[in-house]
Amino acid sequence: MQWEVVIGLEIHVQLSTKSKIFSGASTAYGAEPNTQACTVDLGLPGVLPVFNGEALKKSVMFGLAVGAKINERSVFDRKNYFYPDSPKAYQISQLYYPIVGEGHIDIDMEDGTQKRIGVTRAHMEEDAGKSLHESFHGQTGIDLNRAGTPLLEIVSEPDMRSAKEAVAYMRKIHSIVRYLGVSDGNMQEGSFRCDANVSLRPKGQEEFGTRAELKNINSFRFVEKAINVEIERQMDILESGGTVTQETRLYDSEKNETRSMRSKEEANDYRYFPDPDLLPIVISADEIEAIRATLPELPDDKCARYMDQLGLSEKDAKALTIDRDMAEYYETVQQAVGDAKMAANWILGDVAAHNNKNGIEFKVCPVNAEQLSGLLKRVKDNTISGKIAKEVFEAMYAGEGDADTIIDKKGLKQITDTGAIEAIIDEVIANNPGQVAEFQSGKDKLIGFFVGHVMKASKGKANPGQVNQLLQQKLKP
Amino acid sequence: MSTLDKSDVEKIAFLARLGIDEQDIPEYATNLSNILDMVEQLDSVDTDGVKPMAHPLDAVQRLRADVVTESNDRENLQSHAPEVEQGLYLVPRVVE
Repeated sequence: MQWEVVIGLEIHVQLSTKSKIFSGASTAYGAEPNTQACTVDLGLPGVLPVFNGEALKKSVMFGLAVGAKINERSVFDRKNYFYPDSPKAYQISQLYYPIVGEGHIDIDMEDGTQKRIGVTRAHMEEDAGKSLHESFHGQTGIDLNRAGTPLLEIVSEPDMRSAKEAVAYMRKIHSIVRYLGVSDGNMQEGSFRCDANVSLRPKGQEEFGTRAELKNINSFRFVEKAINVEIERQMDILESGGTVTQETRLYDSEKNETRSMRSKEEANDYRYFPDPDLLPIVISADEIEAIRATLPELPDDKCARYMDQLGLSEKDAKALTIDRDMAEYYETVQQAVGDAKMAANWILGDVAAHNNKNGIEFKVCPVNAEQLSGLLKRVKDNTISGKIAKEVFEAMYAGEGDADTIIDKKGLKQITDTGAIEAIIDEVIANNPGQVAEFQSGKDKLIGFFVGHVMKASKGKANPGQVNQLLQQKLKP
Repeated sequence: MSTLDKSDVEKIAFLARLGIDEQDIPEYATNLSNILDMVEQLDSVDTDGVKPMAHPLDAVQRLRADVVTESNDRENLQSHAPEVEQGLYLVPRVVE
């Protein structure tokens, strides 16, 4: 049978506030256990949550960026469950009246077309703490520093039809939240995590099949792998006449398999109800418009502008705009050097390659945008050739100084003095009489041989344009 | 008329992590059923056009400025905990 895959994602984005969603404790990552967990986060008797306005503003920014309806009135509910990393025995979340309503984003498909993926809703909630199961004499250790950290849970429509589409959607959401600055999107630190709902149905069938929910996947690579192994698992079950059980499953990246996480008897029954400790969240149309006015240029708009105004190819424009830091780096260089294509080639080429190799982000690239501009200007004004520029870039990346310093120190300045170039050419001609004769008898292609030798003799410093021109003159019979 | 049976009561108690005595179950079942009956009665009222109430106070949530106001009070807070180690609260082992 032909099966169709149906995927919906729930993405948890940690909002980058300084303090927690309902308390004044710090959200800084990596602190000593329980040093950032105050009485509110601990759920001690008599405490009251007070809502952080910045979490609201950042949530609204996201909603506006995906063209969603912002609900002027939203309500916090209690989601009841027992787990020791949730000390109140409920999570404050939004079920019935979330802050962000229906929106959408467009993802790029492999064939170059775009596909629209619906965003069902996005709601604010608090994160739980962390359980550590090792080395506590059979007990579990609880760190509540993360408890109460503000999250925005972004729920998609079941619009994706392959693991690749799911990854493209996740990347797009990641790019948007980073552009907006509403989250650092750091996946290693858990600021951006994803649950995937996966089901199969016979091709052509309207009704959805039974789904399994894959929990807490924290890398793009794992999302694709986890969904693909889950598709295979479900297909095996269905092909052999079985039925898929609706359940939560965990992806094990070491074994590359998913396995059941919760037993049936604990089937989810969260008994949501409005949290009496919190009043409805109200935001006026004017306030929403004021937030809209603060939105930065988003990746899709930026990409279109790079193509229209700077004349970049779609491929280059897309690659440069996925990451906000990279786009800002590019714009600084492009404006300083005045050559959109050259800046794009360098940044997508040498700079990106070095950053990837060293696992460094553009924000902290050892050659900053001003320094790269300094280097490219020296190529533009013919101080050095493009080839020598790569050598200078290496040295800059290794921290040897700015472009002019390195060019001076290493004596890499391009030779543009005609006399000096002629002297090298004369020597090369004198040393290769055979090739000279062949060239003169019509083997034009040998010009490359002479250019190569002259460039080598000049240690790459001769101006290639001049070398070519002078060689043509001198080699004429 | 809603009537809860023994298994309903047991399930509700389990979800709330309440230990209940076997002998009390029939009484709980009656009391809880009565509550449901009352809710059913409310259900018969026409509420078209009535805005759902999120809170009995007719007020909206005040927003707090995003400022860190709490400092580390771990020592004090953990002095109330039954067991701590390396700064962590210890609880009976839970593994999914």
